[in-house]
Amino acid sequence: MVMSWIFTGLLALSLFASLVLGNGSALAAAVPQGARDGVNLVLSIAGSICLWSGVGKLMEVVGFTGFLSKLLSPLLHRLFPSTRQDKDLGQSLSANVCANFLGLGNAATPMGIQAAQRLAKRSEGIASDELCRLIVLNTASIQLLPANVAAVRVSLGCQTPFDILPAVWITSLCSASLGLCAAWLLGKVWRR
Amino acid sequence: MTDYIVPVLLFAACAVALRKKENAYDLMLLGAKDGLKLLVSLIPTLILLLTAVTMLRASGAMEMLSRFFAPAFSVLGIPPETAILVLVRPISGSAALALGADLMAQYGVDSLVGQTAAVMLGSTETTFYTISVYFGAAGIKKTRYTLPAALIADITGFVVASLTVRLFL
Repeated sequence: MVMSWIFTGLLALSLFASLVLGNGSALAAAVPQGARDGVNLVLSIAGSICLWSGVGKLMEVVGFTGFLSKLLSPLLHRLFPSTRQDKDLGQSLSANVCANFLGLGNAATPMGIQAAQRLAKRSEGIASDELCRLIVLNTASIQLLPANVAAVRVSLGCQTPFDILPAVWITSLCSASLGLCAAWLLGKVWRR
Repeated sequence: MTDYIVPVLLFAACAVALRKKENAYDLMLLGAKDGLKLLVSLIPTLILLLTAVTMLRASGAMEMLSRFFAPAFSVLGIPPETAILVLVRPISGSAALALGADLMAQYGVDSLVGQTAAVMLGSTETTFYTISVYFGAAGIKKTRYTLPAALIADITGFVVASLTVRLFL
């Protein structure tokens, strides 16, 4: 439903602007042009997306996530104290964070939902501090290789699609840590 | 340095899989098929959204919007051309991808605007969607401060993306 509003809103904005500026022919030409661009975009990112899904599958099966979660466990214990008692929670939680990190969206979401459900059991319908933290972490997107974006860049003729990586890493680290700080501060003020 | 990340990762994934006696090639094929399924589901979405975005650009509405938001965005150091991307990104992932692709094509992939759009897309998430999926599945009614905290993270992401591109790229 939200998308219907956004889509109709975009159309209304274009129509309004075009009436004000009087460039109807450009607007009319944009319709088939945009539809064609949509197909072109999908086709031009198809190669990279398929290749990275392949690599993602490998990492999933081989257990890259297990290795990563060992590295991360001290940090995760600190952020989510209940993982100390609840082993299963710890497992699905770190699998979620690691799968996100490796860009395996398909693997990350079910794991994250499992962890969220386990956390929710303790607090009947109200989000606990740990649950809020889990979700902030998931919305901040810490990702090693943003394959989709790189694929779009390649399709537009970029020679070095991954030169944005350091900037992406710094940005996600900053946004995740500030998000967690905000959650921590708000958690002090926002009692249930 | 960054040149080697991708080839090495590709090789390492295969080599580790072989060492664990997994059929690396077949697994890659299986994953690629999943990727194809994802793409097929993306085609209708991207056709619709790129139509809307191209209309927005051709009608001059995109320019109007960025001019309207320019004062607020320049205070934060965010290029005003990315205004609509910033506004849509937390709501819809595929619309953001369409907008980002349009910005990269319009201003050049290696331009300041194109790179900023790419870093923004790579380092933020579809916040509203994520929140609704997780809380929906967990049966949470009172979300307390989750949304404000997540939006603070998003805004930080947009500001830092603009800053890092200006400093490093």
